Amino acid sequence: MPELLLEIRDLKIGATIHPPGEKPRDIVIVDGVSASLEKGKVLGLIGESGAGKSTIGLSAMGYGRGGVRITGGEVILNGRDILKGGISGLRALRGKEVCYVAQSAAAAFNPAHRLMDQIIEAALAHGVCSKAEAQKRAIALFRKLGLPNPDNFGNRYPHQVSGGQLQRAMTVMALCPQPDLIVFDEPTTALDVTTQIDVLAAIKEAIRDTGVAALYITHDLAVVAQIADDIMVLRHGKKVEYGTAEQIIHRPREDYTKALVSVRSIAHEEKKPSGEPLLKVMNVSASYGGRKGVPVLSDVSVDIHRGQTLAVVGESGSGKSTLARVMTGLLPPWAGKIEFEGRALPARLADRTKDDLREIQMIYQMADVAMNPRQTVATIIGRPLEFYFGLKGEAQAKRVRELLDEIEMGTGFADRYPAELSGGQKQRVCIARALAAKPKLILCDEVTSALDPLVADGILKLLLNLQKIENVAYMFITHDLATVRAIADSIAVLYRGKVVRYGGKGDVLSPPFDDYTDLLLSSVPQMEIGWLEAAIAGRKMQSAGN
Amino acid sequence: MQLSRIPVSAWIGMILTSGFVFVAVFAPLIAPYGEAEVVGSLWQPMSAQHWFGTDNIGRDLLTRMIYGARTTLWIAALATAMSFSLGSVLGFTAAVMGGWVDQILSRLVDLLMAIPSLIFALVVLSVMPTTTLTLILVMGLLDSTRVFRLARAVAVDINVMDFVEAAKLRGEGRRWIIFREILPNALSPLVAELGLRFIFMVLFLSALSFLGLGVQPPEADWGGMVKENKEGIVFGIPAALIPAAAIALLAISVNLVADWILNRTTSLKGGRGA
Repeated sequence: MPELLLEIRDLKIGATIHPPGEKPRDIVIVDGVSASLEKGKVLGLIGESGAGKSTIGLSAMGYGRGGVRITGGEVILNGRDILKGGISGLRALRGKEVCYVAQSAAAAFNPAHRLMDQIIEAALAHGVCSKAEAQKRAIALFRKLGLPNPDNFGNRYPHQVSGGQLQRAMTVMALCPQPDLIVFDEPTTALDVTTQIDVLAAIKEAIRDTGVAALYITHDLAVVAQIADDIMVLRHGKKVEYGTAEQIIHRPREDYTKALVSVRSIAHEEKKPSGEPLLKVMNVSASYGGRKGVPVLSDVSVDIHRGQTLAVVGESGSGKSTLARVMTGLLPPWAGKIEFEGRALPARLADRTKDDLREIQMIYQMADVAMNPRQTVATIIGRPLEFYFGLKGEAQAKRVRELLDEIEMGTGFADRYPAELSGGQKQRVCIARALAAKPKLILCDEVTSALDPLVADGILKLLLNLQKIENVAYMFITHDLATVRAIADSIAVLYRGKVVRYGGKGDVLSPPFDDYTDLLLSSVPQMEIGWLEAAIAGRKMQSAGN
Repeated sequence: MQLSRIPVSAWIGMILTSGFVFVAVFAPLIAPYGEAEVVGSLWQPMSAQHWFGTDNIGRDLLTRMIYGARTTLWIAALATAMSFSLGSVLGFTAAVMGGWVDQILSRLVDLLMAIPSLIFALVVLSVMPTTTLTLILVMGLLDSTRVFRLARAVAVDINVMDFVEAAKLRGEGRRWIIFREILPNALSPLVAELGLRFIFMVLFLSALSFLGLGVQPPEADWGGMVKENKEGIVFGIPAALIPAAAIALLAISVNLVADWILNRTTSLKGGRGA
């Protein structure tokens, strides 16, 4: 009979919110959730943002973030209710019995101290072991997690190591005091896909070798499938489904879980390029800070065809957003040129005509900052109508209503401010703003990566639908290959500013692959158990994060 | 917004400030005597007839105080308005245009700020004819440097937001970007600063008048009244202290309101959105 480590019984968590202009009111964040975890096992908590997964994870250390209160239930760790232990009880527990790994390691490390001092701090503070022993333990863990130069790694400062390494260093920090339980809060979400797989493998191995139990919080079902024994699916603070990983992935019972498992299964037939391309990027090279500055793009050539989608794929720093900046004229290239409908497009934004600008629109990753918070939806969508077509008054209002219809939002949204919209709705308004200009090409910069999977799915379907109606072309910048499969007609793979693979979707995604595309494709977590080991075993190239 | 959520200090500030403004606006109707009318002998004590007594040449002090409020508040308000329009428009322009425009404007402001503003104002005002207009222009110009700094700092932050980039990509002109995209989002910190700058204007004006370069007699203004009556202090006559107290009280009450606005608009509330 395995030993029970953590038991959460009927946990209720609430908070008081202060909406502007209204009376403060209490909301329920977690509503009667129960779960249990045996020693050495991993429980995955999964759900979209606002599902309460992080809140539950933190409650395992008796912590409520930013005014959050635990209003009911019990959290029993090693046989005692930690919520009854008072502050001193919690202090003794945190960093000794339960440790925490945050999403952004870069923000969680103190930039002023060396990694080693921070990693062994908890162990020393709790008197778990002597300093020399803690350092020895940390070095052994560095080695186990595959960090370079383990003997001296701890002497570095946080800014001297890469994001993936820092995330592993944080896992070492959590493991160092030899806790019974570690709470992993989206530890790989901020990482590139090729780095994510390494960190994931390292975490999995560390959990297996040390026998620590873990709560693994993520929004990505494919990731949690690799690492968890049990999975709990949460939504709006309530439990949706709770079962073994195998059952959740292969035999989901609830509709919501089924939707999560089958997400990104949009089938999109590749359209073959026909006729002259709408936009030709020819041998473009660009740098920040002039020709001698930091080179970002070198000799990039791609075509975009009318009513089709070019997906630009690559990890962060590959230059994919820079390509969009070059196309918009925000960053004039120092070599090469761009042709739009057969004529040369001026390199600088200031030299382009109003019509040039109208034809190429842009949608951003973060919809909340892409809209002026002081303008209503009607103004946001209406401004391009007035600016490009001189539509005013009732004519403008009518067109705004039509556009709101097109993005599948009611006309009642016209008078709302961006702060009163959900993430998906914000992105839809941004799409409407782009459409209002009647463009021939829309540049989409990671438009779904800040959204929950189901919401992102809705946005992709909308974009595909609009493409059929408006015959608009997209350049879709993304790091997510599932999105690419769902939407692209042709694909360009960027690696360190160069196009390493370019062509129709079918060609690019079928073997033989070059090494980088292979790495990229094999790093995308698949919704199957045991994928991680197979993927690591089959790799030809090391990811840049190492 | 609920009235009950406004703190007591802000209420006190608002009531006192509106009291001052009321007196200033309706000065000719409230004042018992004429602004420069001599009504008795010099430095009479407080009485039923002259609530605050009389000043150094026998004018009713209450009347002088009321007219003084009008002059002081009026000039300070105009100078603040000028410093804000000038400072914020130039600050926004510098932030949006960047490059050499920003360099020239910013260095010019550095240059002006390097000279103590009181000394600078004294030099300019002693050369120029001392009319109310020059006074307002000099005060507004000198103070606009501080507003410029704030406006530029706020606008630089907003200028890199995606919605401003979206407006630039749309082809919007500088006017739209400054007044429609940046200004509404920069308003909160600027409004909070407005109150503080107004107080500094009152103090600045009073200092200038006290030194004889501000409002010219026989027009009443608080700084000037302190100067006129300061000899009385030696004889135990409080005539100079009354305008001085009024300056202090106005500064405090406006500050109470400004403090509350600043607290209300600050976004440093902690916690994360998710």
